[in-house]
Amino acid sequence: MPRSSAPTVTRPRAGARLGAGVGADAARPDGVPKARGEFAFSSDLWMDGMLWGKTLRSPHVSARIVAVDPSPALAIPGVRAVVTAADVPGRPTYGLEVPDQPVFASEVVRYHGEPVAAVAADHPEAARAAARAIEVVYEPLEPVVDAERALEAPPLHPDGNLFRHLVIRHGDLEATGDVVVEGSYVVGMQDQAFMGPESGLAVPAEDGGIDLYVATQWLHVDRDQIAESLGMPPERVRLHLAGVGGAFGGREDVSLQIHLCLLALGTGRPVKMVYSRDESFFGHVHRHPAKMWFRHHATRGGDLVKVEARIVLDGGAYLSSSNAVVSNAACFAPGPYRVPNALIDAYAVRTNNPPCGAMRGFGAVQVCYGHEAQMDKLAAALGMDPVELRLRNALERFDRLVTGQVLTGAVPVRECIRAAMAHPLPPAPSPLDPPMARPGGAGLTADHADVRRGVGVAVSVKNVAYSEGFDDYATARVRLEVGVGGEPVATVVAATAEVGQGFVTLAQQIVREELGVAGVLLAPAGTTDIGSAGSSSASRQTWMSGGAIQLACAAIRRQLIARAAASWGCAESSLEWDAAEVVHEGTGERLGLAALLAHGAVEAEHEYHHRPTVPLDADGQGDAHLSVMVAAHRAVVDVDPGLGLVKVVQVATGQDVGRALNPTQVTGQIEGGIAQGIGLAVMEEIVLDEGRVKNPSFTDYLVPTTLDMPAVAATFVEEPEPDAPYGAKGVGEPPAISSGPAVLAAIRDATGMALTRAPVRPEDIALAGAAPLSVASGQPR
Amino acid sequence: MTSREVARSPDGCQEPGEEASDAPADEVAGAYELAGAYELAGAYELHVNGTVRTVEDAWLGESLLYVLRERLGLSGAKNACEQGECGSCSVLLDDVVVCACCVLAVDAIGSHVETVEGVTERGVAADVQAALLAAGGVQCGFCTPGFVVAVYDLLRRRPDAGELEVREALSGNLCRCTGYGRILEAVRTVQEERSGAAV
Ligand code: FES
Ligand code: FES
Repeated sequence: MPRSSAPTVTRPRAGARLGAGVGADAARPDGVPKARGEFAFSSDLWMDGMLWGKTLRSPHVSARIVAVDPSPALAIPGVRAVVTAADVPGRPTYGLEVPDQPVFASEVVRYHGEPVAAVAADHPEAARAAARAIEVVYEPLEPVVDAERALEAPPLHPDGNLFRHLVIRHGDLEATGDVVVEGSYVVGMQDQAFMGPESGLAVPAEDGGIDLYVATQWLHVDRDQIAESLGMPPERVRLHLAGVGGAFGGREDVSLQIHLCLLALGTGRPVKMVYSRDESFFGHVHRHPAKMWFRHHATRGGDLVKVEARIVLDGGAYLSSSNAVVSNAACFAPGPYRVPNALIDAYAVRTNNPPCGAMRGFGAVQVCYGHEAQMDKLAAALGMDPVELRLRNALERFDRLVTGQVLTGAVPVRECIRAAMAHPLPPAPSPLDPPMARPGGAGLTADHADVRRGVGVAVSVKNVAYSEGFDDYATARVRLEVGVGGEPVATVVAATAEVGQGFVTLAQQIVREELGVAGVLLAPAGTTDIGSAGSSSASRQTWMSGGAIQLACAAIRRQLIARAAASWGCAESSLEWDAAEVVHEGTGERLGLAALLAHGAVEAEHEYHHRPTVPLDADGQGDAHLSVMVAAHRAVVDVDPGLGLVKVVQVATGQDVGRALNPTQVTGQIEGGIAQGIGLAVMEEIVLDEGRVKNPSFTDYLVPTTLDMPAVAATFVEEPEPDAPYGAKGVGEPPAISSGPAVLAAIRDATGMALTRAPVRPEDIALAGAAPLSVASGQPR
Repeated sequence: MTSREVARSPDGCQEPGEEASDAPADEVAGAYELAGAYELAGAYELHVNGTVRTVEDAWLGESLLYVLRERLGLSGAKNACEQGECGSCSVLLDDVVVCACCVLAVDAIGSHVETVEGVTERGVAADVQAALLAAGGVQCGFCTPGFVVAVYDLLRRRPDAGELEVREALSGNLCRCTGYGRILEAVRTVQEERSGAAV
């Protein structure tokens, strides 16, 4: 894969000193066991005498619970316990922002699949049969499944139906442009569809507490929520990270954690639970579906004057992280462009649909479908090249977001666009192409003569780390000592959740870089021995946990310098750290790690806080974000309009990474994120019928396969971020944001259709009359 | 709506996605027993990774995947869907790749089962595993054992498979992390290495 630097930067050659320091393609420490099938994921846990748990979920979208009778379940041989809302000793609810979600529904169920009870049995089949046997009498209620309607409807929950209404008023609200374009856009509900199903093992402890081995994104907030519901002090609830098979936001909320602990404490036995794939679709939050309206104003010359938007996110039955998602949607609704005036009205609403929360891109994805379609419309109305229009309005350093915040970090929007456009286009479709390479793929349905090529571009911006005044921090401890072989060995202790992103690799690279040791061990992540690392989300761990490890290492170096000063009887100020030694500036004498560690280990802990942010004020103004990441994508598609089939041929991208600390891993994030972006654009949607999930399986919810994924051509744009450790930004989310909107733009270009909904379904193309080309098209060929 | 009902589908499955019915509980339990899921299979033997393993007290309805993972301690084959859709459970059954989740364990009696652990132990996919790691084809790794088995099988049958054929052959293995780019690169690397070695 081609990889080049942006014109703004030269790629630093760090890591050259040690093969696997920062900037090198270091190997994952968990790679070999994963490739051999020996790595223990949360679903692989096993313990003598363990029981199997199973959740009973509501078959109704909205209903009153009249009675729950567990006795038929308890009569089944091998069934050891049934727990319901009545068995929750502590707080009956949980939640990331506000505890509004019942551990088990007791009086009402508010969405299809809401947990009502859980059972533990000797065998998973007995547990499944027992869950089915629990008698629940429901009185079905009329569900409210439309977010706009929910705003007017009687409250579905004591907290009401409006999660958050955020207004951004920026600049002159009366300003108008010479050219105005308007559009409405819809985004469907996407699922994270991580491969490793929700699973864990809870083990009752002798002190009356509990040990929970679980796949999650944030051990400490899980622990705190579990402890509240168990009515236990947090230190008696000990969480241990089990192998995580992907996350993408879907493991940020509690799923089976509390249920498992209740079953284990109730039976006094270890209990394991593994969601089936169907249950996984019900067991975690999804990406918010969105309905959006935009009006863009520009001068004749193509300068954006004002953006107006109304955004309604369907948060489903419970809050989860909706408040933060809607904030992102509002803040980044204009996209990565200089917009002097803006009026943005954003809502997150409670309905009886499945709860929605975090997913890769977190609010920035939905609005990107809107702002990028609008930029194309505007370009068409202006008779301007859409790429030119974007370059002309691109944000740069020291520009303001519509929140009034001045962007003081790197904002290489133009470089990203140019890098994406610089990749060669793929060859035009040819009658000689194998039929399988055409839209419809292995179905061999499309004729060459019917295939139309389209090209689309989209650009995105999103915050990195947590925003709006949240005290966002990460803790890490590093210990340096002489190992059994006599070589110095560092051990990193951090509760950072490795979810597949490769933080474990970076942790080792950072320690090697900072301390010059080859041997770096990673202690298992858990809550018992270290403070919170924060969540593995918001593209934040490279910056946050990376920063904590870097500064813990710096503290270790200071301690070693103090040791050297003591042994030489000189001032610390005359000593310097060089690679893995302390050097006396005057005498040139050196003390290596072996000598320095002869007096015992050194250890340092650091709690890394990023620069404080502030809440948005009543006008949606304020320095709410730490920094932003941008990316540009150019998609090439082939479409058979008669059949409505789309084949994504190529995605080219330029991504603002700050600095690539491990280029291979960055490439993996880019390609994986683009796959999820393409998924939302053309195939992935949780289909709801009056709140009922119609496709909870990989048979019916389609994620891209090797046949759906095109070639990806990626360029890293490396402009170091001033505040970030090593200048590195997060890289996980941007590829999942504008890749989908670029694909949609390309399909519009190929078909001339307006296509305002993601995902585009075959019938949206095949059954719609072609809209006038002049309105929707205008993408570069 | 005011009607009261016991929400239960005809087979007693009170899981979402199914319409509620009001079949009485004992009728449901009866239907369940008829399905045979609870019948004990009696002890049986499976040939797994070249050794004979005895399975005791197993229920007749257990999948090969369940027996491998939960009774024989071979958790290399994964359980991402248990519906035959993801390939994470890929194993070789008499040298043919199958989804272990879709095979009844008792149907594998008399056959040779080889899991990713067996493939690893024989070393026949060592280059595939090394290439996956070097290329960055392993992130969370949940799909990886399935890919190792599938790529091993593909390249011994079709060492020169072109890109489209490789993509088609691996399209039954889902990966949610990598977007497949690094995995496909690993396949190309192995093909090049092996053809180089063969010359
Ligand atoms: S677990 Fe067998 S195909 Fe998915
Ligand atoms: S590496 Fe995570 S599913 Fe493939």
